[in-house]
Amino acid sequence: MFKNKYTPYLFILPALILILIFVYIPIVQNFYFSFFRMNSYSPGQTFIGLDNYKDIFQNDIFYTAIVNNVWYAVISLIVQVGLGLVLAITLESKLLGKERKFFRTIYFIPSVIAIAAVGLMFYYIYNPNLGLLNAVISMFTEGNFRYAWLGDPNTAIFAVIAMSQWQFTGYIMILLIVAIQKIPQELYEVAEIDGASSFQKAIYVTIPQIKEMILVTSVITVIGAFKLFTEIFVTTRGGPYDTTQVLGTFMYKTAFFYDKMGYAAAIAVIIFFITFTTSVFQIKFANKGED
Amino acid sequence: MKNQFEKSRFRLLKKSIIIFFLIVLTLLVLYPMYWVVISSLKTNSEFLSSPLAFPSELQFENYIQAWQQGFSRYFFNSILINIVSVVLTVSVGAACAYGLARFKFKGRNIIFYTILAGLLLSPQVAVLPLYKLLVRINLYNTYWALILPYVGFRLPFAIFLMRSYFLSIPREIEESAYIDGCNSFTTFIKIVLPISKPIIASAAIVTSRFFWNEFLFALIFIEDSAKYTIPIGLSHFRNTLTTNYTGMLAGITIAALPMVILFLVMQKQFIKGLTAGSVKG
Repeated sequence: MFKNKYTPYLFILPALILILIFVYIPIVQNFYFSFFRMNSYSPGQTFIGLDNYKDIFQNDIFYTAIVNNVWYAVISLIVQVGLGLVLAITLESKLLGKERKFFRTIYFIPSVIAIAAVGLMFYYIYNPNLGLLNAVISMFTEGNFRYAWLGDPNTAIFAVIAMSQWQFTGYIMILLIVAIQKIPQELYEVAEIDGASSFQKAIYVTIPQIKEMILVTSVITVIGAFKLFTEIFVTTRGGPYDTTQVLGTFMYKTAFFYDKMGYAAAIAVIIFFITFTTSVFQIKFANKGED
Repeated sequence: MKNQFEKSRFRLLKKSIIIFFLIVLTLLVLYPMYWVVISSLKTNSEFLSSPLAFPSELQFENYIQAWQQGFSRYFFNSILINIVSVVLTVSVGAACAYGLARFKFKGRNIIFYTILAGLLLSPQVAVLPLYKLLVRINLYNTYWALILPYVGFRLPFAIFLMRSYFLSIPREIEESAYIDGCNSFTTFIKIVLPISKPIIASAAIVTSRFFWNEFLFALIFIEDSAKYTIPIGLSHFRNTLTTNYTGMLAGITIAALPMVILFLVMQKQFIKGLTAGSVKG
């Protein structure tokens, strides 16, 4: 059937070459860079071993960033996966009719908008003088409520995290809905014969049946939390006083603001280890779900 | 009878409560977007004095202004980069996926797992060496500086998606094509691709959403504002037009609209591709 033994390679090589040049080689290089002191304009580079890593672990911003990434992950797990699950189960329950499609579509819309656009949208929503949030709060309180949600170090990171919950809860919800739709109806019929309430059906049938997808969405959420960049960059740029830095923005600032490429590469290696190990879990569970 | 009546009343009450909460959430989702759109149709002073009110007169000029002050350019750049990247990703990816799905050859498993592992690698980790590479090969600050890394990073997903579809196509269809004298390339192009339209559409839509919204590479690999894509143009707008709020909000609306429309029109393919990929961002 396939006479020429080189034919398969002709199909595969273009893609493979592109992936190697633009994904694999840079990532390997990034590891290499992380052992050097170097910058973007001058060609010189000095081997300094693990010094970049030592410096990172002594840098306060690194710990601020990690804490912010973790906050983002934890809150996103609770809201996007937790609330997303409640919404998915509710929208798929028999209680609702055709209206479920309407809600599903509406809740998903924010996730198709560019993060940069959503970020700027909330930049204005949170604006102390003319933003939507303060204007709405002012309707319920006496006088003018003027709070700088993104300007106050106590609330800035949480304001950004809240924005992401607004954007991505519907996305996680859809993934869970698709999983729920694959559950065989007979399981519910059996549960109904046994007299299960809709709450019991959710706990004893739905959740165990979509266990894998819950894990996958949890992992996606955690990886997303450590890849965080755009949300912060377009709203606070890591400020005020570096309180909203995350690993991604910390790396960017180190590379392109302080021009310390090797140091930034070492931060990227740390991002790599966190996201890669979490990703390995995802693949493991995703494959399990397909079997 | 009475019992049943009460049961259905209870059901109705339960349903009403649920619908009430769903509507509250709907408002939470829609109201911020609605606010951006109505604000983008106000004059600047109207926006500053009464941020919640409906505009007394719809100011479509804000859109014309935003469009003329750079958005037409950003839009053009985004569309161009998007089309080239999607076409490359889908065509190169489909060929590779077909090769992996249909041929037996030396090193197939290693190649397949190498590509699959590409799904796990995040762009942040490649961005600095890519930047240096693009500068060295003189592609920095060109459209290719975005197109090539975009294609490289989305190929694993596209291949993964299309390969499983090709595996599900019965072999007999292709075998009869070979009997009719087709070789493997003509079979792929004339027989396999036409029956794979749905999955190609899913791959195209999902990668397109990624390219349209991508920020990090576009921020670092492009310097010249004439080559900005929409997300970068937006964030640049914020810095230069700090006082023209309504123009800025018009820009946000222009940036968001195409993907929202694409989603509403092609919901099915959109969700199909997303659930197969299960990667955020």
